[in-house]
Amino acid sequence: MHSKLNSLLKSDVRLEEGLTACMNCGICTAICPAAEYFEYDPRSIAVTVQSGNEEEIATLLESDTIWYCGQCMSCKTRCPRNNCPGLIISVLRKVSQETGAFVQSRMGRQQYLIVKNIGMNILNYGYCVHPTILMPENHPEQGPVWKWVYENMGEVYASVGANLNGDGPGAMRKISGADLGELHRIFKESGGLKFYETIEHFSKIKALELGFVNENGEADMEKYTQHLLQEI
Amino acid sequence: METKTKTRWSEHNKEIADDHFFYLRSCIRQNFNPAAEKIFLSILQKNLGKDIYDDPRHTTCTGIGYHADIVPFETLQTVIARQFSLMAEKGYKNCAVSCITSFGCYNEVLATWKQFPDEMAKAGENLRKATGREFEMPENLSHSCDIIYKFRKEIARQARYRLVHRETGEPLKIVDHIGCHYAKIFPEKSVGGSEYSRVLTGMIEAWGGESVDYPERRHCCGFGFRHYLIKNNRSYSISNSRKKFVSMEPYRPDAILTNCPGCNMFMDRWQYTLAQIEGKTYGGGTNGIPVLSHEELAGLVLGYDPWKDLGLQMHQVDVEPLLQKIGIVYDPAQKFAGVNGKYINEPLFTGCFNPHN
Ligand code: SF4
Ligand code: SF4
Repeated sequence: MHSKLNSLLKSDVRLEEGLTACMNCGICTAICPAAEYFEYDPRSIAVTVQSGNEEEIATLLESDTIWYCGQCMSCKTRCPRNNCPGLIISVLRKVSQETGAFVQSRMGRQQYLIVKNIGMNILNYGYCVHPTILMPENHPEQGPVWKWVYENMGEVYASVGANLNGDGPGAMRKISGADLGELHRIFKESGGLKFYETIEHFSKIKALELGFVNENGEADMEKYTQHLLQEI
Repeated sequence: METKTKTRWSEHNKEIADDHFFYLRSCIRQNFNPAAEKIFLSILQKNLGKDIYDDPRHTTCTGIGYHADIVPFETLQTVIARQFSLMAEKGYKNCAVSCITSFGCYNEVLATWKQFPDEMAKAGENLRKATGREFEMPENLSHSCDIIYKFRKEIARQARYRLVHRETGEPLKIVDHIGCHYAKIFPEKSVGGSEYSRVLTGMIEAWGGESVDYPERRHCCGFGFRHYLIKNNRSYSISNSRKKFVSMEPYRPDAILTNCPGCNMFMDRWQYTLAQIEGKTYGGGTNGIPVLSHEELAGLVLGYDPWKDLGLQMHQVDVEPLLQKIGIVYDPAQKFAGVNGKYINEPLFTGCFNPHN
C-alpha cells in the first residue's frame, strides 16, 4: 500500500487537531447541515481517513463528497471524541488541490471560480469582499435595497459614516499600497500565491482536456469559467 | 443543586477585557452594515468611556478564503500574526473582533500555536521575511458581542428605550441566531458555550425584551462559504436559513438578533428571496421579520438615529415596525437621504414584496 496521500494528509497539523480516535458513532452526521442537504456523511469521511486506506482516500480526493461540507463546524461541538470532521475536510481539500485531484469533480472544479473572485479580492483590495464587485445581476438574492446601495454607492456609504475607498480609518477604507504590499509578500512567503497558481495550473490542464482552447492552442480560461458557471 | 449549577455556569463564562481594545473589522460587516461598526466604536468611546483603536493598516484576515479552501492555513496564520504585530506596535493587548469568521480563525490559530509551537515559529518567520515585523500574542481576544454583553447593564442604565411594546407594555419577543464559529469550534471562548449561548439573550433580557427559544436556534444560517460564493450552490444556503425561519415562525418574533455579520445579512436577504420564491413570509406580514445585529440593537436602545447613525436603511426587511413597537422617534423622510440630508432616491421596494405588483 502506498503511503503518499497519508503522509500528505498527516503533514498538516490540523489532522492531528481534527482526528484523534473516531468511534464511528455518527453523531457528526446527525448534526451536520450538509448531511441533511446532500448525499454526505462526515462519519464515513472520518472513518476513511482514520483507516489510512490510500485507494479510498484517493477516491475521496477526486469526488464531489469532500466539497459538500459547509464548514459550519457543528460537528466539532457534538463529537464525543472531540474530533472535527470539518477540519479533516479542510485537510482533504488542501491535498486534493495540491495533487490536482480536485478537477476530477464538478464541485472541486469550482475552486477556480473562488480563486478568481475571493482570491483576487484579497490581493487587489485587502478585503475578501468589496461592494464595487458585488454586481446586482450576479446577486439577485441581494434584493432591491442592495441594488439601490450599489447604484448610489458613494452617497449611501458616506451618509452612514463609512469611508468607502477613502484614506485613513473607517469602514471600507482604501487599504494603502504599503499595507497591500505587505499582504502580497505574506502570500508569497507563506505559500498563498503558490497555492493560487497550483489551482490555476490544474484548472488549465482540465480546460484543455475539455477542449477549451484558444487560437494559440492555449487553455481558454474565459470559456472554462463560463462552463463552470453553467455546470450543474 | 444551586452550587452545581453555578459551577457549570462559571465554566461557560469567558474572560472579556475591560478596556483598551484594538479593533479588527469585518469584511462582510463593512460591506453590508458599515454603520454597525461605526456605532460599536461610538458606544464604546462615547457611552462607555472606553479606549478602542481603529487602525487603518489592518486587512482582511482572509477567513472567507481560508474556509473556502483557497487560502492555506500557513498564510492565514501569517496574516493574523501581522494583525497582532500592528496591535503590539500601537501598545494594545486586547483584540475586539467584529467578524465571527475572523473570531473563529483567530481562536483556531491561537489554539494551534499553543499545541504546535513550531507552527507559531513558522508564522513568525514568514512574517519577518515578508514584512520585517515581529508580533506578540494578544492577552485577550473578544468578539464585539462579548464586549456589548459585558457592558449590557451599563447600556441598560443609559438606554433611552426599552425592548417593550409601547402600547401593551409587553416585552418584545426576540429570537437570536448565533454565528456558528462564535461558539461551536471553541465553546469555552464564548459566553454560555454552544448549547446554551447567553451572549445575545443576556442583552435582550437586560434591555427589557423576552428572549424566545426555538427548536432550530442552533442550526447554521447556511452560509457554507463555497456554497454561497458559487451562484449554482446557493440553494444550500437558502435551504438552511429557511429551516430556521420555519422553526421560529410559530413564536411570532418581533425581531431576529444576530452576532455574525454574514448571518445578519443572510437572515435579512433570504427572507426577501424566499418570499419571491414561495410567495410568503415567515412572520411580520408582507415585510418579514426585522433582523438586527448586537451593535445595531444596542444603538437603538441608546437612542441613536436609525438612518444616519445606524444605517438601517441598508437592510432589505424594513425595521420600522420594530421602531414603532418600541416607540422610537425617527424621521421617515431621512431614510433615503444622502450626506447633506437631501433625498437620494429609493429602492424599487423594501421588505419582502413589491407593493405595486
Ligand atoms: S467523528 Fe466523532 S461524532 Fe463523527 S463518527 Fe467519529 S467519533 Fe462519532
Ligand atoms: S463542518 Fe462540515 S462536516 Fe462538520 S457539521 Fe458542518 S457541514 Fe457537516
